[in-house]
Amino acid sequence: MSTVDKSMALTGQPPASLSLPQKLAVVLGMSGLGIMLLAAFNINFPQQGLWLSVSLLALFVGITWFSWEAYKDKQPGIKNDGVWFKSVSSRGLWGWVAGIALTGFYIVLYFYPQYLGLVNDGDNKGVIALFDPLSKALSGNPASQWFVYGTLYTVAILAFGIKFLWKYRHNRYERLRTASVMFFQTAFAFIIPELMARLNGSSVLNGGSLPYYDLKNIWPLNYYNFEGYRIKGFLSSGEIGFALLIFGIASIFVITPILTYKYGKRWYCSWVCGCGGLAETAGDAFRQLSDKSTFAWKVERWVIHSVVVFVTLMTTAVIYSYLGTDTSKYWLTKSSFLIGVGVFLTLVFGWVMLFKREQLQKDAQYGAIGYFVIILALIGMHFFSGEGNVFLFKSESLRKTYSFLIGSIFSGVIGTGFYPIFGNRVWCRFGCPMAAILGFQQRMFSKFRITTNGGQCISCGNCSTYCEMGIDVRAYAQKGENIVRSSCVGCGICSAVCPRGVLKLENGPLEGRIDSNQVLLGNDVDLMQLVNKK
Amino acid sequence: MEHIVIIGNGIAGVTAARHIRKLSDKRITIISGETPYFFSRTALMYVYMGHMKFEHTQPYENGFWKKNRIDLLQAFVEKVDTDAKVLHLAMGNTISYDKLIIATGSKPNKFGWPGQDLQGVQGLYSKQDLEQLEENAPNNKVCKRAVIVGGGLIGIELAEMLRTREIPVTFLVREDSFWNGVLPAGESAMINEHIKEHHIDLRLSTNLDTIIDNGSGRVKAVTTDQGETIECDLVGLTAGVSPNIDFLEDSTIETGRGVLVNRKLETNIPDVYAIGDCAEQHSGIGNRRPIEAVWYTGRMMGETVAQTICGNPTEYKPGHWFNSAKFLDIEYQTYGWVFGRKGKPEYEAHYHWRHPEEKICVTIAYDKNTEKFLGINTFGMRMRHQMFDRWLTEEKNIDYVVAHLKDANFDPEFYKPYERLIMADYNQTRIKNIKLKSKSLKRIFQLG
Repeated sequence: MSTVDKSMALTGQPPASLSLPQKLAVVLGMSGLGIMLLAAFNINFPQQGLWLSVSLLALFVGITWFSWEAYKDKQPGIKNDGVWFKSVSSRGLWGWVAGIALTGFYIVLYFYPQYLGLVNDGDNKGVIALFDPLSKALSGNPASQWFVYGTLYTVAILAFGIKFLWKYRHNRYERLRTASVMFFQTAFAFIIPELMARLNGSSVLNGGSLPYYDLKNIWPLNYYNFEGYRIKGFLSSGEIGFALLIFGIASIFVITPILTYKYGKRWYCSWVCGCGGLAETAGDAFRQLSDKSTFAWKVERWVIHSVVVFVTLMTTAVIYSYLGTDTSKYWLTKSSFLIGVGVFLTLVFGWVMLFKREQLQKDAQYGAIGYFVIILALIGMHFFSGEGNVFLFKSESLRKTYSFLIGSIFSGVIGTGFYPIFGNRVWCRFGCPMAAILGFQQRMFSKFRITTNGGQCISCGNCSTYCEMGIDVRAYAQKGENIVRSSCVGCGICSAVCPRGVLKLENGPLEGRIDSNQVLLGNDVDLMQLVNKK
Repeated sequence: MEHIVIIGNGIAGVTAARHIRKLSDKRITIISGETPYFFSRTALMYVYMGHMKFEHTQPYENGFWKKNRIDLLQAFVEKVDTDAKVLHLAMGNTISYDKLIIATGSKPNKFGWPGQDLQGVQGLYSKQDLEQLEENAPNNKVCKRAVIVGGGLIGIELAEMLRTREIPVTFLVREDSFWNGVLPAGESAMINEHIKEHHIDLRLSTNLDTIIDNGSGRVKAVTTDQGETIECDLVGLTAGVSPNIDFLEDSTIETGRGVLVNRKLETNIPDVYAIGDCAEQHSGIGNRRPIEAVWYTGRMMGETVAQTICGNPTEYKPGHWFNSAKFLDIEYQTYGWVFGRKGKPEYEAHYHWRHPEEKICVTIAYDKNTEKFLGINTFGMRMRHQMFDRWLTEEKNIDYVVAHLKDANFDPEFYKPYERLIMADYNQTRIKNIKLKSKSLKRIFQLG
């Protein structure tokens, strides 16, 4: 296409260009980041509390001001003008700069927190020290690199959340969903765990101390939730601790299946989850960058399901390693635990094969492979494992490998760092084991679907382009088929950008939910019978 | 092996090819001079607006065609020799066929305006038109003002496109209200307001007189029948489209405005068929026009002709009429027949409701003698195709439709419902006492 920008202006011409107030807003936001950067290079700020406030405020106001300028003069409606002309949202120079900067930040955050000023025994320095006053005000403890990250994460979700609210001010589904992720991030991920830390050692917890617990962060996304130190923490903290442990187990085995049955996995992925929250707000500008090819879909299914197998084995191994063997001491022992896991997986596998076989078709083979790998591994664990190790590995090293590969590299460095390159849901699509489990249920046993409105589709491709999960929505819609895909997080943007009102996210009866017939309404009824004859 | 050649790779031709492949093993070739691959014409506007890249408008991956053994040939057909069953291509060579499907679509209308072939004067139909638009109106420095001639769907789309690049637009509409040949008065008036809201200089009851040369073959200004001269760098001619069949002039294939076909979409020549925008029925089917230049009908004709060609002769029998469009930010859907100023039957009456503040309205057409529901137009509100298709088949009356509107609502979840307001207004206007029914999944999905 001859859409080459012939002018030399850095920000192009309308609709890609920036207004003067927007440029000022960028300067303001950057100055907020600048303060943090200076702090990171150990410039000493005398009044940390004041400078931290100035910095966060500049960042927040910069983003919201920029957004206000972008949308204030526009009619309510879809705001995608110039998305593919802007360098930052079309993998141009600014996209790469942002990607590399974010990736660099994640590498330092996960692997070199000392460069941010983390001091384990002694006073923090650098940018972490800048955050000390806020951390002390909340939890009473000095900041860590995770506190810095959590604060910036929350600011990002709030500021870009406001941008999203303006952008979709005509769409109540989007507004409510965004308000929800903003609330869950601020309250559940940020404030409550910090305040809970204040209870540690108090009589409410029988003098015990709770592990840091973001209540909405459910295993297996929260892959460490059932590790030994956390279980000890929960069990040491009286009834509250015990209740939290039960809540953690119930979250994945009871609450999640019920809600996913009723509403699809969107109740979590695009209404509650923190990863989803960031993707939907700060990541919204990059949703069109996801790969829609069938090849990418194939890679997605292999990778994400491998992660599920990995996390199941890793967690089993970790729990196995700290359980005892003596039934008289504690009812749950190494062998009864393994048998329990095996029986549970067999039940799920058996149910799917018996009742949902025809929906899986070829994928059933892959499912069977995954199942047998796990069962064999469980048996192997029983026979070939000694104290503290599983097979030849220490269960600890299995956990560390997972934490490094999946927890850090995949979810952080690639998942978020590469937003401007691969789109905003790389982690959710390719890596998140929670999304895989919810998605499996969504595909098999849920009332949720995206209904295609008869024959109204004109194959324009807006839905597919703006699907952050890389689903080729149009491929279904143009055939009159409903969209029932395990990866769909229910963000609702396909429905929003559709110019012809073709798509509706809804919860309805299971019967006829997946309709592979080419029901294109408006056609001759007799013709449609011929077309659908197989 | 029988060789099916399809001229045109739009929705009609491509649908025909796909369905012939499903039903048979015949050799299939699609010829198009416009693009190597099928793309969604309706989405071209989004490329100029930067919502999508051109490749996003292509519904199938490039490997799809090879996998399904559909040969693609990028060439223009110059002449059809139906005796020898041979096509002469512009590049000089020929290609022979056993069966020929003509699916060449439309071209923008030009009504012999002085200056209509100057540089900077163009329609908006093909990919080439889009590329030309990038040349003529890349930004508001090169194109200081655009004049659009013709108040239909393409005209308003072109205006929307140019406004995203902040190019001032003057929009000349022949009628005294936008598209009021098709839209009932209330709806048309609402769209007039919305056009102005988008800072488009809308000139109603205004016709183009001449397009003025700047001395070097490029447009400088236009004059209107109101005696005004408007300086501009682009003139968009969007006064409708007509069948793109000039290459058939010397052939034996019978043509009117389009390629004349019977209900089986066969032309006067055996083994030659025509579908989509370029096909013309001898007389319109039901309330339909003989030439239907609509995405959906192109698709249906493609499906139908595939059946015929694969040994199952089938008539083109479209179901209930439906259509949709988007006017800037306002979505429009229609099911059944609601007539504007043109062609409204004597028995048709309208119930119209407009939201007091928002740009939302509904018009329901009914038979004033029998109260039978005839059709509905909705603006700013989405409706469920399935429900209206069923109600039209079941010949429900208007009271039933208004009472069950909640079943038909297709707006995203949590949207404000308007049925209660509509119901109250309906009862007041028509002096009735109908009760609104709550939404029933059982009715919608027809559960036992």
